[in-house]
Amino acid sequence: MTHANPNSVLTGTHFMNGDAACCEGLLAAGARFAAGYPITPSTEVVERFAARTPKTGGLFIQMEDELAASIAIQGMVWAGEKSFTVTSGPGFSLMMEHIGYAAMTETPCVFVDVQRGGPSTGLPTLPAQGDMMQARFGSHGDYLTIALVPDSPQECFDLAVESMNLAERFRIPVMFMMDECVGHMTEKVVIPPAEQIPVYPRRRTTKKPGEYLPFAPGEDLVPEMAHAGEGHGLFVTGLTHDDRGYPLMNPAQQHKLVNRLFDKILRAADDLVMVEEEGMEDAEAVVICYGITSRVARRGIQLAREKGHKVGLMRLKCVWPFPEKLVHGLAGRMKAIVVPELNLGQVVLEVERCAAGQCRVIRLPHAGGTVHKPADIVAAIERGMA
Amino acid sequence: MSTTVDFPIHNPVEDILRMDRIPTIWCPGCGIGTSVNSFAYALLSTGIELKKVAIVSGIGCSGRVSGYTKMDSFHVTHGRAIPFATGLKLANPELTVVVYSGDGDLTSIGGNHLIHAARRNMDLLVVCVNNMIYAMTGGQAAATTPGAAISTTTPYGSFEPELNIAHLVDAAGASFVARWTVFHVKMLEKTMKEALSKKGFRFIEVLSPCPTLYGRRNNLADGLAAMKDYKERSKIRNGAPTHETALVQGGEIVVGKFVDRERPDYLTLMRQQLGANYHPLPPQPDENPEAGVAKEDCCSC
Repeated sequence: MTHANPNSVLTGTHFMNGDAACCEGLLAAGARFAAGYPITPSTEVVERFAARTPKTGGLFIQMEDELAASIAIQGMVWAGEKSFTVTSGPGFSLMMEHIGYAAMTETPCVFVDVQRGGPSTGLPTLPAQGDMMQARFGSHGDYLTIALVPDSPQECFDLAVESMNLAERFRIPVMFMMDECVGHMTEKVVIPPAEQIPVYPRRRTTKKPGEYLPFAPGEDLVPEMAHAGEGHGLFVTGLTHDDRGYPLMNPAQQHKLVNRLFDKILRAADDLVMVEEEGMEDAEAVVICYGITSRVARRGIQLAREKGHKVGLMRLKCVWPFPEKLVHGLAGRMKAIVVPELNLGQVVLEVERCAAGQCRVIRLPHAGGTVHKPADIVAAIERGMA
Repeated sequence: MSTTVDFPIHNPVEDILRMDRIPTIWCPGCGIGTSVNSFAYALLSTGIELKKVAIVSGIGCSGRVSGYTKMDSFHVTHGRAIPFATGLKLANPELTVVVYSGDGDLTSIGGNHLIHAARRNMDLLVVCVNNMIYAMTGGQAAATTPGAAISTTTPYGSFEPELNIAHLVDAAGASFVARWTVFHVKMLEKTMKEALSKKGFRFIEVLSPCPTLYGRRNNLADGLAAMKDYKERSKIRNGAPTHETALVQGGEIVVGKFVDRERPDYLTLMRQQLGANYHPLPPQPDENPEAGVAKEDCCSC
């Protein structure tokens, strides 16, 4: 680990929205280059980036569409830079092919999705959490990603840094799943001094051209990286490939490669459990939530406690990989788990799978456009405790 | 007594090819390899340091070119070679970035990127091998398939007029536009060399026969006959207005250098407009940790 470059860190206490904080987080994490295509409610991230980059070095390019933006950033990464793109639902759908390309070619990058109501054009200016399964399964074929979900502008900064760091550590595309509320909400954001912001550097190879095998995995199954122009004669392809990067299309290599892409994340799954717990000491039921929904859940839990229900909160900051063991253990101790989310039931499917019938799992779906009412959360808790 | 003698013959193009991946997948009579030969000679003659050259291809028969070259090679998704190359070039302007792909990849699924890279005058050389068909997938009609030609998806002939790619990229603002066939190997090499030495968006269309999947269904199944056909039908018209260069079935094939204009490329324009407001990239802390500490000490005094 190294630390952030002071040149790009706005150390201090700010009053800024989540989109702006996300931009600052990615800059602090070392992104100097980005590509994007305008889409509400995400555009403010790259508007700010475009204004900031001449001073920090680097640039923002507005591409002709999301397909172009999501592959241009990967060109930037193979040129040696850290990069990201920002979008919302309809654009996220268009980017799916290149999330798969990044997974297959082990290109570290961050995809920010400021979620809005869908399907299709849906609700451009209103919140939802309907892209959560798409963040996990959106591109064709088998791959794993990491998806982080912030619930405040402060976390838009903190977890944006973490997203970029995880992308570099695992050489994967990381999904940063904001939503319209968090993106447009303005709150206090404290940006620490650069030397207090840990930054995961590119895992560059020290091997000489000729000795270096671009896709030979290291001990943690992640290969070292080299860039264009360094004399390695890289060959990067989305086809199933061997350790040299050469196409090798047979069942044995497919098995070896795809399993490694899974295992490099699965092996570290315990490290990737990122949750915030509140009131779990005496809890008999728990509300599992993420993103903006957690802020309503807090109020709902408060009201339920006033009515005498012992309820705790578990907020997932990292939804993918899903904290399977944690939720399985929790289900054994609880009477009920309530899962409010701004979709008609996505992450709750994972909760149900991991709870494995040990306790009641109460779905609290919402099609989006606004957030739940605290009273809805209370009612769901009461149903669970009954 | 042995009847064979090993002569250490070195073909100069081997210097840019991954010889461990030869032979290629291309069919007998296909022109892609011929175009790569011209490209190899052109690139070697420019004296550009090969480790600073990157080749990007999309999907298709021509999309396999990047993987046969020894330089940094990127075989990306279908149609997206140009935006990937754009990112590569912007983040490392030292690189000479070449996009080598086919007509289906660059003009149909990737058509939007082609237009906008030409408009931006992105500093890229794009070589488009035009075989007038989707060959890798078995011979379906392309945007470049001449009207009335037979393909697997147009068994009664195509009902669409063909795209004139040279006209399109000229209109979008490309700095350099040329077309040759794989019959014109030396002219192609010379034009590629010229284009490699120029800045901005440079586009070279190379007509190539596809005896297996286009020719077989359109009375052009023989590679050699296709070369003779190119020779007979081609007319060199340097500077021809691109709207006069449409390729119609059985008609004249206008070849030559059509456009060569001076226009600042994207990065040049960016630096000009930003002027003193543009700060080149600072060194990253991980590049030189000791220097980072020294800088901190300096700031605190």
